[in-house]
Parts: sequence; structure tokens; C-alpha cells
Amino acid sequence: MNNETIFEKSKKGRRAIRFNKPDVPTDVAIPKKLCRKNDANLSEVSELDCVRHFTDASRNNFGVDTNFYPLGSCTMKYNPKLGEEVASYRGFSDIHPLLPQLRRGGLLTQGALQVIYETERLLSEITGMAEFTMQPFAGAHGELTGIMIIAAYHKSKGNKKTKIIVPNSSHGTNPASAAIGGYKIVSIPTNEQGTIDFTEFEKQLDNEVAGVMMTCPNTLGIFETDIKKVADKVHEIDGLMYYDGANLNAILGKCRSGDVGFDIVHINLHKTFATPHGGGGPGAGPVGVVEKLKKFLPISAVVKRSDSTFSLEYDKPSSIGYIAPFYGNFGVILKAYSYILTLGKEGLIRVSENAVLNANYIKEKLKKYYHLPYDKPCMHECVFSAKKQAEKGVSAVDIAKSLIDRGFHPPTIYFPLNVKEAIMIEPTETESKETIDAFIEAMIEIAKLAEENPKELHDAPQKTPVGRLDEVKAVKELKLCI
Amino acid sequence: MDYISNTIDDQKEMLKVINIKDIKELFSCIPKELKPKSFNIPEGKSEFEVRKYLYELSGKNSTHLISFLGGGFYDHYIPVAVDAITGRSEFYTSYTPYQPEASQGVLRSIFEYQSAVCRLTEMDVSNSSLYDGGTALYEAAMMSTRITGRKKIIVDEGVNPIYRKMLRTYTSNLSLELVEIPALDGVVDRKKILSEINDSVSAVVLQNPNFFGGIDDYTDIFEQVHKFKGIGILSFYPLSLGILKTPGEMGADIAVAEGQSLGIPLSFGGPYLGVIATKLKYVREMPGRIVGSTVDNKGRRGYVLTLQTREQHIRRERATSNICSNETLCAIRALVYCTLIGKEGIKEAANLCLAKSEYTKNRLMQIKNLKIKFSTPTFNEFVIELPKDAADLISTLIEKGFAAGFPLGRYYKGMEKCLLVALTEKRTKEEIGCFAEALEASI
Repeated sequence: MNNETIFEKSKKGRRAIRFNKPDVPTDVAIPKKLCRKNDANLSEVSELDCVRHFTDASRNNFGVDTNFYPLGSCTMKYNPKLGEEVASYRGFSDIHPLLPQLRRGGLLTQGALQVIYETERLLSEITGMAEFTMQPFAGAHGELTGIMIIAAYHKSKGNKKTKIIVPNSSHGTNPASAAIGGYKIVSIPTNEQGTIDFTEFEKQLDNEVAGVMMTCPNTLGIFETDIKKVADKVHEIDGLMYYDGANLNAILGKCRSGDVGFDIVHINLHKTFATPHGGGGPGAGPVGVVEKLKKFLPISAVVKRSDSTFSLEYDKPSSIGYIAPFYGNFGVILKAYSYILTLGKEGLIRVSENAVLNANYIKEKLKKYYHLPYDKPCMHECVFSAKKQAEKGVSAVDIAKSLIDRGFHPPTIYFPLNVKEAIMIEPTETESKETIDAFIEAMIEIAKLAEENPKELHDAPQKTPVGRLDEVKAVKELKLCI
Repeated sequence: MDYISNTIDDQKEMLKVINIKDIKELFSCIPKELKPKSFNIPEGKSEFEVRKYLYELSGKNSTHLISFLGGGFYDHYIPVAVDAITGRSEFYTSYTPYQPEASQGVLRSIFEYQSAVCRLTEMDVSNSSLYDGGTALYEAAMMSTRITGRKKIIVDEGVNPIYRKMLRTYTSNLSLELVEIPALDGVVDRKKILSEINDSVSAVVLQNPNFFGGIDDYTDIFEQVHKFKGIGILSFYPLSLGILKTPGEMGADIAVAEGQSLGIPLSFGGPYLGVIATKLKYVREMPGRIVGSTVDNKGRRGYVLTLQTREQHIRRERATSNICSNETLCAIRALVYCTLIGKEGIKEAANLCLAKSEYTKNRLMQIKNLKIKFSTPTFNEFVIELPKDAADLISTLIEKGFAAGFPLGRYYKGMEKCLLVALTEKRTKEEIGCFAEALEASI
């Protein structure tokens, strides 16, 4: 990879795609002052130039199909090929979203509406919630939707509440979502067990608290054993419990947020339900709620009529309103739907069991070599600290970069923020013991090098198209386009 | 079936290392009273069964209609190579490029996408995408409040009504004031909007072409906004910039768009692509991820995520926005589309849309009792006024095989007889002829 951009490969007069010859008159003029002065300076290349350029880019990129990707909190499991195929069926990909909103148009989109409806039913059962909306485009979008539902609930009851409690061990986006929804944030520290400090929580809980956002298992990979107690306390002051589903992969069939007292939940379909994350998106973050919050869900809703046909409902006077133009990332929903249908009940339970097994196996094998801040059984991810290595001048970054040379995408580093030099490893259930053993070997080798030859680790990565990049220069001398 | 690699023997060996007997013991940290009350999910199916079932379901959606449906989302041609390239699993099975050395492919592609957006819009900087056009518009409005410290946002009624509704939802718990200015004969009410602009206004939001398809030049309005140190936000239609005046030329401070027209399938509403671009001086207030070019330890060019201190994973509740995921794969689609059609192709595509639209307009004008509602110049979409309820007519035309357009009565009071008709380069003269005949026969 020479890192030359497509614009630098452009040559005047080169073409790839041509459109049909016009079959209508083209002597149409719009007033000059409404037209652009200079051409949009897009690149001029042949189709082969284009295909080669982007194929080269793809080959210089780690994906789950090419590398083990144990990125903690991101659940980078294998994405079944079936999902890609079903999303490409013309009957799904070519449907205009306004079609079901036209009179009689709904009859022409029954298949798509059924996909949304059935997926909502399945997610409701998986989480123990009464009803779902598939509209949020990502986990954080689901969080914001949840926050708006919390606000709408309190408004409807005349409650004056201004604060949201977010424990430190909750997912990283939670405080930003609550703040953007208009709330003040109250942080709660983590105790020695790696869970919410209940005493501190009780101290901070007052009538101003609108809700609590929790991630369970939390970002340390630990199950929040006090959730029921927290939920009961919050409900006493008419607050609402928000469940961040980022780590749902660990507890499928083992624990449902609805059963333990949560009122709102979002699910990251691109994590737990194996839809590919596309280099950062698209994802999908459907939101489920308990019975009393159903009326606040966004417009529109897919409903099943008594004759088993499906339609869209817009008449929702208590709804928070529109959070998306249509029905969410439908292509992503389809992939998740096909995944759940394929796995079924037993398959989903096996997901959690093997995800947790793989994580605990890594934790046991590596704890001799890396500091384990919370030495207890973990769920689907385990958090180490590189503080032992840091004493030798080897940081979490050095370890991460050294893993790249060994063919592994690094774990999440420096997150969660409450662990120094954090290394958060999430192997997921789809990886084989052989792959995990190879990863463990690499981690051990790196730990040994940290003792014996730390310099080699500072120079990593060596086998990539570029070496360690100057991120400070990127900020100081902003170059954001060509 | 499932996609788990561990065999029973693997599991046994691993359990031995962990020093427990049964895999179920791994869940002993979950208190008994928190076990699920039910988990009533159907049994798993084979790939063959699921594939067949979903293929049948896809057949329950109609793809046979000849479509004149737009409203911000268009049936444009997508070159085959777009799917071939973005179907490479190294792109679609990767995550946000937190480790740049292992992600140069995605990073370079996003850098190029940002460049394509800047070249298209004549703005200085773009981010790596947002969820959709509506989110982009809302994020732009929030950006303006951070820049100006003001709370009042003026929105023209020609802005997509769905986006205006989204803006209302998102700002309902914030102390923001939204003022909507009714459109006048299908264009912005200039006099009114100019008179509303003063030093309490954070931003003025306009759309080009507007929801009625009308095209305009908002330079004067943005000049007025700037006089009072406010922010001009323009929502644009990316493909139209093959020929139309750019947000940059008009002096917009923030340009936003739904990028679906750039090689992204309609796919029943998503995934789509939220485009946002701004002036360099406002880059730190822009939400989402941004890729920058830099060098490695040997001086070689490379790409990284930059300006991350604005983001939620570092600034938590003080972040510019809560955006974490974006639509990278759709952004790459848009980039590949722009690359394939290139500098000449984007003009060609835009001109074709315009020509087909004008031809259709002229053809429909010949129909008795039907008129073109507004006299403003349009790009590829326009409003017709019928002698009857447009929603009724739609249902008749659906039976004849046409998605005739979008009935405006749904969002605009008093426009129950109006239909928004859109053309893309895909519609042929013959289809347009049949459509006109069907329309004529149904009035």
C-alpha cells in the first residue's frame, strides 16, 4: 500500500461508468446563478483503477474474516454470510421507505413489515421487555432515545427531575447521551469487587434523579450483583432503570433485563446479533421498554392486524416523536433476524456459555503474566492492566502494537478509564480454542519480551504498511482532505 | 445451528484450566432470583430453511412498481462495482479504526470520502459520516448553539418535514426555540425570514432543492445571518451538486445531507448516510469521527482518527455529541460511487435527472385539469396539483403499477391535492409516457 489517494491517481479524461444516452431532450437550462461555477473535482479513473485501489485498501485492513479481533466491549464475533445474502434480496434492498405510507402501499411491503414486527417480538422475549422499537441507528442512538423516553415519562407525571446516575463502570457513551438529552450526570465509583459502590449510590440517590444507566455485565466484564437492589431503590423515587445492552452477549438466556427491574433497554444488533460493523457502522440499537412506557416509543410503530397483516401506526399522541426518518437500519435488522432464527433458543444460550468460557480461559491463562485488577470470574470479557509491564517502560500501546505484528487485532486499551493501562479482551464465542491459544501464546511472548527486550516492543508494529503513526502531528497540522 | 467453534472436548479442556466442572457454573455470579422468567425463542433452523423463508418474505414486497417516489430518497442507478468493492469482507467485518496501523484501508478510504464531500460541497472539512440526513441536520443545529451560545433556530418549511420532526423530538427537553417559517409558493418566504434574523438567532436552516423540489440561491440569507454572527445551515441533495450551486458558494457554515443518492440502496429506510461538512474554523465543534493524514516513525504517509478529544469516550458528558457508531461502510459506498462516475459522470447524472424531470413536467402539463403547482425552477422533483385527493389517486396508480409520488397533504395542510413527483436517470421516456397516460386516465 503506497497510501496514495484516489485523487492522486486521477487522470483527466479517464472514465469508468457511463449513463444511458438521453432519450429525452437535454436542452434544459436552469438560471446560471443557481448553478455551480466549477466542476465538482471528483477523481477520473477507469473501473479497473477504482477496483484495484479499493481492493488494495481492503487488503490493508484487519477484519473478523482475516484476523482475530478481541476488541473488548465491541463483541467482534463472526458475521455469518447468510445475513449478507438475505439483505441483498431485491425484495428488501429495492423498497422505497415511503411506499408503505402510501394508500395501499402497505400491502406491497408486507414482507418487510413482518421482518420488523417479528424481530421486535424476538427481542422482547430475549430481554423480557413488553415492546420494542427498531428505529435507533446505533447503541448510542438507542441511549438517547431511552433518555428521551425517561424525560417524557417524568413530564407526563409532572415529576421534576434533573439528574441521571451513571456508574463509572457503565458503558462509555452513557454520560454523553444523558447530557445531550438535557440531564446533569452523577457518577458513582466502582468498589473493590468491580461493581457499583452501593453505599455511595444510596448517598447520591435523591428525588432529583430521573434514572440510572447501567451496563450489566459492566465494562469490567463483571456482573453487577446488586442490580436488583439498585432497581428497587430507584423505583422507590419513581426513577427509571436504563439497561445498556452493549454486553448482552454474555447473558443470553441467563438473565433478562426486564426480569431484574430494568425499564428501558437497548441492544447493539451489530454486537450480540452478529451483524457486521462495516469499519465503524452501520449498526443498529433497537430500544425495548416495559408496559408503562410503551406509549412513549417513537413514531411510527409496526402493528399486526387481526387478519395477520401488518401496518404502520402513526397516531401516537404520547410518543417522543420521530427519532429516525423511517424504520431504522432495515438492512441490519434483517441480518440480525436471520441470525436469531438460525441459532434459536439453544443456539443463543450456547453463545453466552462459550463467550464466557473463552474469556475466563484467557483470564486464567494470562493472569500469571499480566496484572488482573479484579481477580474473580468474569463474563464475556476480561480486563487486565499492563502496570507490571509499564514498570519496564512497556505500555498498553506497545503491547497492542506488538500484537498487530503477530497477526492479531489488539484488544481495547486504556478503557475502561478506571483501570490504569487497561487491556480489555473479548474473544467472543465464535473463536476456536486453537486461535485463542495462539493469542495467549503471543501475549505471553510479549510479556516475556517486556522483561527481556522492551525495545523490540517500542518499535512495533513492523509488519504493517506503516509504522507507528504520529497522532500529535495529525492534530497540530490538521490535514483532513485532499 | 450456530457459529461456535469449541467442541465438547475443547470445552472440557478449557473448563479444566478454569478449574470448574460445568460450563453453567460460569454463571453462578448471577443471583438465583435473577434467572429468566422465560426464554421462549423458537428452535434454531438450518441455513437452508432460513434462506428459503426470507427469500419468500422478500417476495411479499413489491419491486415491480415504476417509481416516481422521492421526498429525499431516490432510486438512482448503482454501478455493480460498488457492491463488489464494499462486499469485501475486510471492509465490512472490521470495526472503528482505533488501531491505525491495522486499519489503513478504512482510514484512507474515509479520508478520501471526506475529500470527496469537500470537493462536492466546496466546504473545508467533512467528518466520517453520521447515521442519516436527519441526524446530520440535528447535529448541525446543535453545533450552531455551541458556536454561538444562542438558543433560537429558524427553520424553513421547505426543509424535509421528517427532518423537522426529528429536530423537534431531539430538542424537546432542551431550552431551544425552534421557529418554522411557512414557505410561500413553494419557496422560502424571503422577506419574513430576513426580518426574523437578529442577534438572538443561532442558526437558519434551509434546504436546496427544497422539499417541493424548488431550487434557489440562499447567498443573501446566509449573508444576513452572518451580519448577526449566526450560522447558516444548508441541507443539500448530493447528486444535484453535479450541477447546482454548492453550499460553499452560497456561504453556508454547515452543509448537511442524506447521502443515499450516492450509490446506497433504498433498502426500506436504511442504512443510509448522514453527511456533514463545515468551515475549518468550526471543525472542533463538529460531531463524530474525523480522519486526518499524518506520517509514521519513518516519515511515510498514513492516516489516523484525529481530534478525538471532542469525543464521548474521552470527554464523557462534556463531549460534542454522543455519536459513537457512524455509517463508515455507507460512506465508502458513496466514495466508490463518486469514484466510478467521476468528475464528468456526476454532471452527466445530474443533467439526466434534470432533463427527465423537465420532460415529464412538459408531458404532464398537457393533461387536462392537472397543473404544475409552482413556477420555481426545479432539479429532479416537482409538485403537481390534481383535481382530486392525491392519496386516493396514489392508490389507483399503485394498482396500475406505478408509485406515482408522495402526497403532500400528509405533511402540509391545504396541499391534499398535491403530489410530489421525482425522476431519476433510471426512468425512461417510455415509462414516463405510460405514467402520464395512467395519470390522465385516473384523474
